[in-house]
Amino acid sequence: MLDSDPSKRTSPPASVSREATRGRAFPFASFDRFPYWILILLIAGLIAAIVIATNAEYSQIIEILSSGIYYTLYVAFFAYAFALVFGLIAGLMRVSHNPVLYTLGTLYVEVIRGIPLLVQILYFFYVIAPFVADRVPEPYDQFFRSEVNEGILALSIGYGAYLAEVYRAGIEAIPRGQMEAARSLGMSYVQAMQHVILPQAIRIILPPLGNDFVSMLKDSALTSSISVKELTLWTRQRSANTFRPLEHWTIAALLYLTMTLGLSLIVRYIERKYTIPK
Amino acid sequence: MNPVEPIIQIENVHKRFGKVHALNGVSTAVRRGEVLVLIGPSGSGKSTLLRCINGLEHPDSGRVIVDGITVDRRANNINAVRAEVGIVFQQFNLFPHLTALQNITLAQRVIRKRGTAESEKIARALLAKVGIPEKAEAYPAQLSGGQQQRVAIARALAMNPKIMLFDEPTSALDPEMITEVLETMLLLAKEGMTMVVVSHEMGFAKAAANRIVFMAEGAIVEDTTPTQLYTNPREERTKQFLGKILH
Ligand SMILES: Nc1ncnc2c1ncn2[C@@H]1O[C@H](COP(=O)(O)OP(=O)(O)O)[C@@H](O)[C@H]1O
Ligand SMILES: [Mg+2]
Repeated sequence: MLDSDPSKRTSPPASVSREATRGRAFPFASFDRFPYWILILLIAGLIAAIVIATNAEYSQIIEILSSGIYYTLYVAFFAYAFALVFGLIAGLMRVSHNPVLYTLGTLYVEVIRGIPLLVQILYFFYVIAPFVADRVPEPYDQFFRSEVNEGILALSIGYGAYLAEVYRAGIEAIPRGQMEAARSLGMSYVQAMQHVILPQAIRIILPPLGNDFVSMLKDSALTSSISVKELTLWTRQRSANTFRPLEHWTIAALLYLTMTLGLSLIVRYIERKYTIPK
Repeated sequence: MNPVEPIIQIENVHKRFGKVHALNGVSTAVRRGEVLVLIGPSGSGKSTLLRCINGLEHPDSGRVIVDGITVDRRANNINAVRAEVGIVFQQFNLFPHLTALQNITLAQRVIRKRGTAESEKIARALLAKVGIPEKAEAYPAQLSGGQQQRVAIARALAMNPKIMLFDEPTSALDPEMITEVLETMLLLAKEGMTMVVVSHEMGFAKAAANRIVFMAEGAIVEDTTPTQLYTNPREERTKQFLGKILH
């Protein structure tokens, strides 16, 4: 229902829809389908933790890479927060009856979704950010010369287009009678959106929104291409310097896995908390 | 405000949806405190006429004047008109993410700018009036159809409307719940509320209606009293229709 047609989405979309499939199979729903994969992961995680804790080299790698984790979380968090805002604005434009707003929103969504996220990030870094920075008075231009800010903006613009479609689908899933009832009580379109439509739409789209946050965390690795010192870049540099790729990349992969699984759990929890009583 | 002047004036209203002529030159008026029942076959334009009165639809031509204000697509006071005209839908259209109480307080707070305490007090009084004071904290999905429809009536009443519109309020209800909703409507009628009710419930029409209008194919066929219409319909089409709904 919520834009799960993978053919319509490109890079993040593919990962988003895969994520969604996994989300539905998430544990604790029924005991007859016991989530053995979680058990296996837990045991593997335990073994890994023991190995790492008792091995000086691994402990050291983790310690060094953890400064990359900070940037990974920082970039993912802020990029997602901005993407939520861009997506909401574009999503509202997409359901607007105003032809100008609708056209602008649709242009944004279609253009962005047709370009690989990596290319968007590079384009923003090499073309848009310098262009803007050269035209912004000092000292504000510095904002557009920081790789971290550029990475956050590029990611949030890219994800905004996907989230716009999620919002749109959520809004369109609300029966027409809801808007009519709200308008009949004297609310303006904006008031009805704010108090009646969006609160319901957001509950519906919490699962895809949550999955997109997990995807964002993984896609933050793409900002390594513009020298953001997040986990991937950090891992690449350290493993090259130390000639220990196996140890470094294994730890990096485990760190990503830990973060995404932890996030998935939090997302599931929030979803359950905000479902509308049936 | 002139008390003899009708509170709703409908003047030669036409409305098309593509090829469908939903309203084909409807003219009528409703006086203050009058209860008008609208009947007619499915697709005869009853809902469209109601929706023109609160501006959910706009006539292609003709005029709808509610309490002196022309209801018009460009009217910047359309929201003001709507706040004076309550509507109750066949499908209730309660807000499922809000409790019964919150359903009734939302527009009071947003539109009428009433505080939480005041709006809740009004909401509880209205829930008592419609007979379900104990359901204040329930969500719509936890209520029966009849209870949901009564919350919807309370939600509309909370705005202190001058007019209440009902679009087949009991058609989606199980038979045993129809009475409780009709009794609530009867109570309103007795209190002197101006009401336009689309409903084929003959009992309600006879007990509450001052007038009954039979519509067919987007036009008014017969406009008379309930007793007259049910016992001695003038038009052949009315007779045929009554024959169908009264078995
Ligand atoms: N939004 C709409 N779009 C297209 N056709 C509509 C719409 N609303 C009503 N109609 C058509 O207009 C006619 C009258 O509808 P309606 O007023 O709902 O009739 P009633 O309430 O008497 O059953 C019907 O033929 C219906 O299909
Ligand atoms: Mg109808």
